[in-house]
Amino acid sequence: MPLRQQILYLWLAEGALDNATVGWAFHDGTSGKGPRLPEAEPPYPTGLAALEEGWFLIQSPAPFALLPGAEHEVSYLANEFVFERRVEV
Amino acid sequence: MPATNHKLTTAEMARFVADGFLRFDALIPDAINQHIIAELAPLESNKINQIFALPADAGGPPQPASLTPLSQCYPAPSLLGAMLNLPAVQGIIESLVGPDPLFDHDFVHRLPAGSTYHQHLHVDAVVDSPDPTFDIQLFYFPQDVAPGAGGTRFVPATHLRRTRAEGVGRYQHLLGEQQFSGVAGTLLVFHHGLWHAGQPNPSAVDRWMYKIRLNPSVSQVRRWDMEDFDRMHNDASDHTFALMRHDSVAQILRTMQPWQMGHESRYEQMQRARLWRYLSDDPGFDVDYYHTRIEQRARFAREQH
Repeated sequence: MPLRQQILYLWLAEGALDNATVGWAFHDGTSGKGPRLPEAEPPYPTGLAALEEGWFLIQSPAPFALLPGAEHEVSYLANEFVFERRVEV
Repeated sequence: MPATNHKLTTAEMARFVADGFLRFDALIPDAINQHIIAELAPLESNKINQIFALPADAGGPPQPASLTPLSQCYPAPSLLGAMLNLPAVQGIIESLVGPDPLFDHDFVHRLPAGSTYHQHLHVDAVVDSPDPTFDIQLFYFPQDVAPGAGGTRFVPATHLRRTRAEGVGRYQHLLGEQQFSGVAGTLLVFHHGLWHAGQPNPSAVDRWMYKIRLNPSVSQVRRWDMEDFDRMHNDASDHTFALMRHDSVAQILRTMQPWQMGHESRYEQMQRARLWRYLSDDPGFDVDYYHTRIEQRARFAREQH
């Protein structure tokens, strides 16, 4: 049975995996044949809750050096955690 | 609700600084809403045709060029001109970008019934300058838009984030995002930096929206109705962790969106305070003392050298 990836991005309020989810994105390599996300919004209240439901963490954001003069700027959402689930189709 | 002279109040301006948008339901009268699509339709055709070097001969009003003062755009009998010249609309425009701003561009965004077009979140144009000046974009919906029927999606309070347009498409959902629905004649007024996206229109009705971007041609300082300004404008001591007011501009600027949890909100407050400093012409303004403590110490360091 071929394997396909499902990818889940969670943006958390701060840099710890058990912080609250504030944003999310889902990309489904199974074309709808695999399990779906919970219908709740957000689908998982924290990153830790996603782990508990069988997602595997594949990227965690590292703290980054602050650019002098731009320490107080706001830009992209910094706390981006990426998870995968491998599904047989 | 704007002041009796149609200009925005200090509280409304503070909400614009905090949220990056204001919404005015049914602001445009039905006498305009019910007939303006006959003007928007040829304008849409002409705009698309000129992009593809085809004859822009569908009729309708003459198209303004960028840099044209707004007062010279869409002269009578244009209904677009009538809409833009309504005292209620002029009051909003003047409060935010001063009198007679410059026409940047406009476009007719028609989503046909059944359209599956789905845009990623984006910021218009390119990443902007670091100074606090801003353009506004008016989104005018001349017909009712039912929930889910192609209303523009947007994320309140994203306007001060310095991002590139293509960089925010990765965010499929953010807590607190909105999709417009509302009655005919509703106007949304956006700071140019607000993240937004077109949405599918599964309804049986075409969704019409007219968008125009305006550039200030003068300073944007204190252009709104100042009647409540002295009461609401706080000094730098208004500080959550010392003594705070609950009736001040600072209190409005402290109000965060659901996606702005945690310590991140402190940096948002600093950016909002920076924009309010510009608009109010008060370089000492602050919210919760973040700028002030740093600037005080910086003065001591400068005095030593």
